[in-house]
Amino acid sequence: MSEPLLSVNGLRVGFATEEGIVQAVDEVSFELRPGEVVAIVGESGSGKSVTAQTIIGLTRANNARIEGSVKLGDQDLTAADDAEMRELRGERIAMVFQDPMTSFNPVYRLGDQIVEAIRAHHPDTSKKQGRQRVVELFEAVGIDDAERRVDDYPHEFSGGMRQRAMIAMALALEPEVLIADEPTTALDVTIQAQILDLLAELNRERNLATILITHDLGVVAEVADRVLVMYAGKVVEEGTLDEIFYDPQHPYTWGLLGSLTRIDRPRPHRLPQIAGSPPSVLDLPEGCPFRPRCPHEFSKCTQYPGLEAKLSDAPEHRDRCWLTPEEKREKRVVEGQIGLEPPREVRQA
Amino acid sequence: MNDSAPGTAPLLEVTDLVKHFPIKRGILIDRQVDQVRAVDGISFRVERGETLGLVGESGSGKSTACRAVLQLIKPTSGSVKFEGREIAGAGRREMRPLRRDMQMIFQDPYASLNPRKRVGQIVGDPLKRQSIASGSDLRRQVQELLERVGLSSEHYNRYPHEFSGGQRQRIGIARALALKPKLVICDEPVSALDVSIQAQIVNLLDDLQDEFGLAYLFVAHDIGVVRHISDRIAVMNHGKIVEQGSADEVCETPKDDYTKKLLAAVPIPDPRESRQRATHR
Amino acid sequence: MARFIVRRLVGMVAVLFAVSVIVFVVFMVVPKQNPAQTLAGKNATPLLVKSIEEEWGFDESLPVQYTTMMKKVFTGELTSYKPRLPVSDRIVEGIPATFSLTIGAAIIWLFFGLLLGYLSAIRAGGWLDRILTGVSIAGISLPVFLLAPVLIYFFADKLEIFPNGQYVPFEEDPVEWLKHLILPWVTLAVLSIGFYSRVLRSNMLDVMNEDYVRTARAKGLSERQVMTRHVLRNSLIPVITLFGLDFGATIAGTAIITEVIFSIDGIGNYAAEAVAKFELPPIMGVALYGAFFVVFVNGLVDIAYAYLDPRVRLGESAE
Repeated sequence: MSEPLLSVNGLRVGFATEEGIVQAVDEVSFELRPGEVVAIVGESGSGKSVTAQTIIGLTRANNARIEGSVKLGDQDLTAADDAEMRELRGERIAMVFQDPMTSFNPVYRLGDQIVEAIRAHHPDTSKKQGRQRVVELFEAVGIDDAERRVDDYPHEFSGGMRQRAMIAMALALEPEVLIADEPTTALDVTIQAQILDLLAELNRERNLATILITHDLGVVAEVADRVLVMYAGKVVEEGTLDEIFYDPQHPYTWGLLGSLTRIDRPRPHRLPQIAGSPPSVLDLPEGCPFRPRCPHEFSKCTQYPGLEAKLSDAPEHRDRCWLTPEEKREKRVVEGQIGLEPPREVRQA
Repeated sequence: MNDSAPGTAPLLEVTDLVKHFPIKRGILIDRQVDQVRAVDGISFRVERGETLGLVGESGSGKSTACRAVLQLIKPTSGSVKFEGREIAGAGRREMRPLRRDMQMIFQDPYASLNPRKRVGQIVGDPLKRQSIASGSDLRRQVQELLERVGLSSEHYNRYPHEFSGGQRQRIGIARALALKPKLVICDEPVSALDVSIQAQIVNLLDDLQDEFGLAYLFVAHDIGVVRHISDRIAVMNHGKIVEQGSADEVCETPKDDYTKKLLAAVPIPDPRESRQRATHR
Repeated sequence: MARFIVRRLVGMVAVLFAVSVIVFVVFMVVPKQNPAQTLAGKNATPLLVKSIEEEWGFDESLPVQYTTMMKKVFTGELTSYKPRLPVSDRIVEGIPATFSLTIGAAIIWLFFGLLLGYLSAIRAGGWLDRILTGVSIAGISLPVFLLAPVLIYFFADKLEIFPNGQYVPFEEDPVEWLKHLILPWVTLAVLSIGFYSRVLRSNMLDVMNEDYVRTARAKGLSERQVMTRHVLRNSLIPVITLFGLDFGATIAGTAIITEVIFSIDGIGNYAAEAVAKFELPPIMGVALYGAFFVVFVNGLVDIAYAYLDPRVRLGESAE
């Protein structure tokens, strides 16, 4: 068992707003080992993006309260000052964002923007050296005609190409950790497949540890080693890829798996759905946050469940649900596949 | 195959529909030098009460096709027949009575509702404008519609910004249904929504189709969703329809290379399958 | 590029033509005293008036009068009625004053406007922002015809630091040139400082929320680099185009009130005079001069914009 590269412990991020404290992230812990891909899955309001941005220090603001720790090797990132964070951003941890159309500055050439990243950390790199490096990077990420494309402006690239360029920029300084925040959500399906292949390849060839933030379980199945499922700022289930997909332990996970359309299976009569809407973090119920939407709620659910492993043969597979493993195995099958049946009372948020 | 009695025209019949956008250049006077072939000759039909799924990626021309069918933009050439009657190139006046029968639901639930109007107004306006109902009768009909799409009649007086994305999409659906249309064109109705809400909206559309006998032209880039809700599917690429057939046919035994590529690209939420596929790619 | 220039030139000719026609028509249509009558003065006999009409061509048909006037414009023979001075000379004489006034004021308003806007934006919501906002709004609200006399009263009459008017050419005495222009510069600049600082502040706040600024931070750039290279660079684009239009208008002679109150003999002053005396030739001269500069500077602004924003230069995306 190799030493973890990145270690997140009890991370809590709250924002002070006019309506009160919004606890966007509530006790998130996980480890990332070298070469591993950890996927954080959730919908809007789940806290997955805030978690990612907090790791890299982008959520520091006057109204943000960050507790817990994030350690990169021996360095404590939450305690680091702004200058230290700036040094490691791009150099040790790099981030790729969701929307490639707006993530580059439209008035500068794309190559120049990547050279800028390089020179921010290695100021004595000459422009020529920088440019050469960008050409190499473009080739590594599959951008054809790299020599010429380096001098193009962002709007001259298609969405998929821009995302490759974003990945190239993230790799420029050979970081230890790559955080990809919904990297394929804004892209067409065929381009998405290419980008995922690219990320998988980079992970394999460079042993690049990756944190993948997404709402799409299909994407997760293609690249992840381990999965964290987040809901209302909390981790509700975590485990290996196979554990999550073949032995999911939390009703929300069943709901997510069920609401996916599968083209490799016959069509169900109705798409199993999750009733209600993702919660507002300001207005959480007592106990388990998933209660209002859970058809399997029972008396114990007013107590907030801890994140625990309940299966003897899977000590790393944890979940926040009071149901016993036997009950879960029975309740999670709806019309022959994993899903969530509609609750007795359909409550619209 | 369509085996309705002779003389029963399909609800919507589109033949060789073309929409080109000219590219103009010139020193003093603009001359057309080239054109963008957004829709390059497509033909399809939608029968009463059925759903035709139109699948394509960005730039395929599917959104332009929707607008050309509804005559929101004028087709360059081709025929669009609604209930047997030719409407391609029809002007606003001619289209007005037809707007009751052909409605549209849009992609962005945040942009397609007027933020200054109350929900009751948004849903009731079509009824008012087509002089179908007014006053307390109008209010009652709107409240019924709101309940039918899963909202509460209390939401009548609220503003769009008070609702979530999924709820706003329901409002859009209520608005589209107000005039009891025969055909509803759904332009990417669920792509901007969270995954768990997508399923809700898809199921709602299914239920409404059964209840009201609606026909849908369901346009999306997510072939999984399209397959679930459609009876037949047409695949669009670069302005042309490259394959058309029943949903099962197209998805299980695709004939066109692009369709195969599209299907192969859909991520399968099944790690073992996905690993198998990866070794074969 | 060639296409752009040709279109602009054609556009300019069309605008100048339209301006000349409109000014001419308005002048003719507006009720006024017969110019020949004014020239003839009191106790004029009808015969005298008639001979003046013939001499000046006031008895000709309107289209003929127009063409004759336009011919004179091109040959530089256009003169005012009384005294009989060439219009073009007066305009050329007025140029140094108006240019000095405009360029100096522009430098001041640009510098301070941007400085205030930048400070407001980086400390948005704080006390500094609130103070600067108040200052900006006060500046925008102060009318020139109030500000100028107040400045003259305090600084020229009471404190006697600056002179209370007149323009001294640079070649004659650089120091006096400067002293005479300071109050007029401040007068002109105060309004624009307020306006530009609001515009920059608003642009910067928008840009700071853009995704590419977040990317810049994620790359590890220092806050200063993020602010100057990404936020400021992009926020300035609309400001520069705005500046071009303002500058063009001011150089075209729209600083009329300022020039009159400070007795600066520039184009604006000449325009005021021409309207007061209500003579067509000087009015036409000033109008054409102004139109020319506005169109010309607009053209430069468009070129600058294309240079600053590559999306405009190369056309939209490659999809």
